[in-house]
Amino acid sequence: MRILVLMKMAPDVVEELEIAPGGTALDLDYVRMILSESDDHALEQALLLKERHGATVTALALDAPEVDDALFTALAKGADRAVKIAGLDAGFPTSQAARAMSQAIAQVPGLSPADLILTGVQAIDDLDGLIAPMVAHALDLPYLGIVTRLSLDASGRTALATKEYPGGVRGEFEVKLPAVLGIQAAEKPPRYVPVAKVRAAMKTQKIDSAPASLPADGGCAAAQVVEMKRNEPAGHAEMLDGDPESVSDKLCGILTGHGLL
Amino acid sequence: MTGSICVFAEQWRGSISEATYEALALGREVADALGVQLTAILTGSNARELAQTLGAADLVVYVDHPLLAETLPQPTAEALAQVLQDRRPRAFIVPLTNVSLGVGTLLALRLGTAGINFCKDVRIAGGRLQAVCVMYGGKIEATVEAAGEPVVLGLWPGARPAEKGRSSRSPVVEEATVSLRDSPVLLRRYVEAEAGDVDLTKQDVLVAVGRGIQSKDNLGLAEDLAKSLGGAVAGSRPVIDQGWLPLSRQVGKSGLSVKPKLYVALGISGAPEHVEGMKDSALIVAVNSDPRAPIFNVAHYGIVADVLETIPVLTAAIEAKRAVARHA
Amino acid sequence: MGACSVTLETLPRFPEGKELLTCLQCGVCSGTCPYGDVMEYPPRRMIAMMRAGLQEKVYTSDSLLACVACYACQVKCPRGIRLTEALLPLMKEQALTHLPELPGELQKALQSTLRYGNPMGEPSRKRAAWVKTAGVPIRILAEDPRPADVLWFVECYTSFYPRGQDNSRATARLFHRLGIDFAILGNEEKCAGECGRLTWEPGLFETLMDYNMAIFQKYRFDRVVTSCPHAHNAFKNRYPALGFNWGLEHTTPFLAQHLDRLKPLLTRKLNYTVTYHDSCCLGRQNEFYEPPRRLLKAIPGLKTVEMVHNRGNSICCGGGGGGMWLDTYFKAKGYERLSERRVKEAVATGADVLAVSCPYEVSRFEDALKVVGYDKRIVVRDVTELLAEAMEE
Repeated sequence: MRILVLMKMAPDVVEELEIAPGGTALDLDYVRMILSESDDHALEQALLLKERHGATVTALALDAPEVDDALFTALAKGADRAVKIAGLDAGFPTSQAARAMSQAIAQVPGLSPADLILTGVQAIDDLDGLIAPMVAHALDLPYLGIVTRLSLDASGRTALATKEYPGGVRGEFEVKLPAVLGIQAAEKPPRYVPVAKVRAAMKTQKIDSAPASLPADGGCAAAQVVEMKRNEPAGHAEMLDGDPESVSDKLCGILTGHGLL
Repeated sequence: MTGSICVFAEQWRGSISEATYEALALGREVADALGVQLTAILTGSNARELAQTLGAADLVVYVDHPLLAETLPQPTAEALAQVLQDRRPRAFIVPLTNVSLGVGTLLALRLGTAGINFCKDVRIAGGRLQAVCVMYGGKIEATVEAAGEPVVLGLWPGARPAEKGRSSRSPVVEEATVSLRDSPVLLRRYVEAEAGDVDLTKQDVLVAVGRGIQSKDNLGLAEDLAKSLGGAVAGSRPVIDQGWLPLSRQVGKSGLSVKPKLYVALGISGAPEHVEGMKDSALIVAVNSDPRAPIFNVAHYGIVADVLETIPVLTAAIEAKRAVARHA
Repeated sequence: MGACSVTLETLPRFPEGKELLTCLQCGVCSGTCPYGDVMEYPPRRMIAMMRAGLQEKVYTSDSLLACVACYACQVKCPRGIRLTEALLPLMKEQALTHLPELPGELQKALQSTLRYGNPMGEPSRKRAAWVKTAGVPIRILAEDPRPADVLWFVECYTSFYPRGQDNSRATARLFHRLGIDFAILGNEEKCAGECGRLTWEPGLFETLMDYNMAIFQKYRFDRVVTSCPHAHNAFKNRYPALGFNWGLEHTTPFLAQHLDRLKPLLTRKLNYTVTYHDSCCLGRQNEFYEPPRRLLKAIPGLKTVEMVHNRGNSICCGGGGGGMWLDTYFKAKGYERLSERRVKEAVATGADVLAVSCPYEVSRFEDALKVVGYDKRIVVRDVTELLAEAMEE
């Protein structure tokens, strides 16, 4: 069983986001990048499958600031190989990321055939689409998203995937492998890896680097950001100011006015 | 249908989603402004009668196929692409819900056109369609144009009130046929939500907690407040994922959609995933330490404060008020 | 790396390891441990298990999670075995990789400290945001790198937590009025990492030490003064291996050194009865028992009373050694929180104010007071806050 985990760095929204001069993109010199949260879950799910069924796990990521940390962390957690695709322009859209990944899967030695390709269900910067269905389309593989549980049958040819629906309903699906799955959450929260282990991985392991190769036709038509701004509170909420006591009194008055007290 | 604004009528387990009516409401506005038709495409298996509920559209195209019963992304996108092959709308709106996630991306690829995700509104500027998108967990708003049409727009729930997308009119219904290859993804069964806990959808008052509550122990504070208001405690996804509350208490895209008379959001930042499940509440009060938290965009009243400090004071004030009322 | 090259395997070759062999198995450590009664392997048994080669059992149990690094066992050990300083961190390092699951709250704190330089996961670029609320000028070295006498290492809770910022604002006002030539690192500062080391994570600690040392070396200053006893501990005992050779003070004893000049400024009468809580790092580890008390007594009108457990016998607030991020875990296990035990003692003295000198304690004790329902009977204030209050015209 060979599992490929597709990982993408996304802006870290814990830190401030700045908009670049020109007003149509984030200031990438300022923004910090972090592994997209659901990609971290995809990696965890792959490692859980490796522990349960035996598998090799390869983490494939696109070059971006701090991506080496994410890949060495993946190796320290138990991934068998880390591959970085270099050479994309900063601020590449998701459609380009997906094309570069699909190309790399086909061309970089050892990446294909993979039995299972896992990636995060969605990243906060997936403006022009989602990685998982894009890669599934490019490689002509089955796709399912919002997966929160995953097991493999004995033959390793079918996966049983649980997808989340509204209202707490879960759908259980049989998925023929190989397939691309968008992971919403791993069965367990992503594991902790001691920093010393990551540091050791940096010394003893390596990240394979492969150049990005994009098809000349550029894929589908682009979405163009014409303006970007901070999502300031639109003023919908009337803000109540003061110390906790006076704020509470004001709110009690409002609730009384609405017949709620 | 060519040149129209088209909405994907999302059908799941025998009914049309609220998000579909919201999309129809927005689609109607845009179509009227452009002076074009509003069309809807409904996919399903033996679901033709649902087309009658889509009267906000001028035309409904219904596609029937056994593989379309569960709205699985690949067969659904394939069917939509076949329907749209020779009659291209200007825009195709897909609700961004757990049911249809992935459909928009796949359809854009099949049509060789642009997809724009995370839309909360559509504008017309100089005759061109512009999508207003909420990115980066709600922190940034972007105005986005597609280089060409049709454009496939993924629409967050909540763009318009669903009521505006309902109509008693009977739409013209056309049936289209598609040919689909076998799906390598098959539903085995649905597992219903765990029963036995409080039914959040039936509560008049919900006190919802998010990451800002910091630890499971502080849930007691929220429970006291909920008790004083005669309501129940709900949570956003991180709180449920931590195991601090059961899944049956989750509000949001992957949880429940609720419309209580009062929704108190404590330490919830207001990520779109959460807002989707609570935006229709009659009165929303948010307490968050971050004045920029997107929850204040959707709340009616906001308090910038440390939630752990505010909750007990608020609970005491409400209890005092109730005590006075009882003795009056 | 010199600072952390000792591992559990190499321990017997180091003086700390040899000490271990001298253990009398008297059990004073287990008896004095605040969580000794709930640990499957209290300190005495840990040592016995190690000597029997059964340490694996210890670090797959959850006994080490309950070690709050309070130094109580270490100061009472008749053989002088450095349990808190040496043995327990090495065992915790093993436990980190052997425990079936690390409690989520602790895991998040460690990850946030690595990424954002603070355990709360607050934005690293807002670390100095409190400065503009200080009311007095505060020099940030990145903006004005002239040499300073005092490099004030503010630390995390005092930078981000609203109540911790009260301490920082008070400290800034005191330094300003005393005419101290001070500056801070602002957003360049990251957690000193002591809790990383005492909380299982030597790799995290090394990363933070490397980082902070590189920042220190960018600037010129004579000494480091820090508001956090844990940072003080790290700078005193671990950073010197990396070349930390500046003067070092914790804010409270540092201010006590300036008492002659400070006293005339303390003009406002505070009619409080105050009981002082000795923090583990400042007290048992460094024996700064008198400086905070001298400062308090310098405030006109203020009376001090002592809790039953004071000075070397002080009860830990439960926040050390990672306990700060294990409250949920302890609660789930049914352990009494040490902070609750402590505030009950404070209330029993009849004092109006529980005075502290460690930034962990304000939030811990205020929280505990709410939990036990005593929040109307006593308030928690840092010594610096009381001094600043007494200084106002």
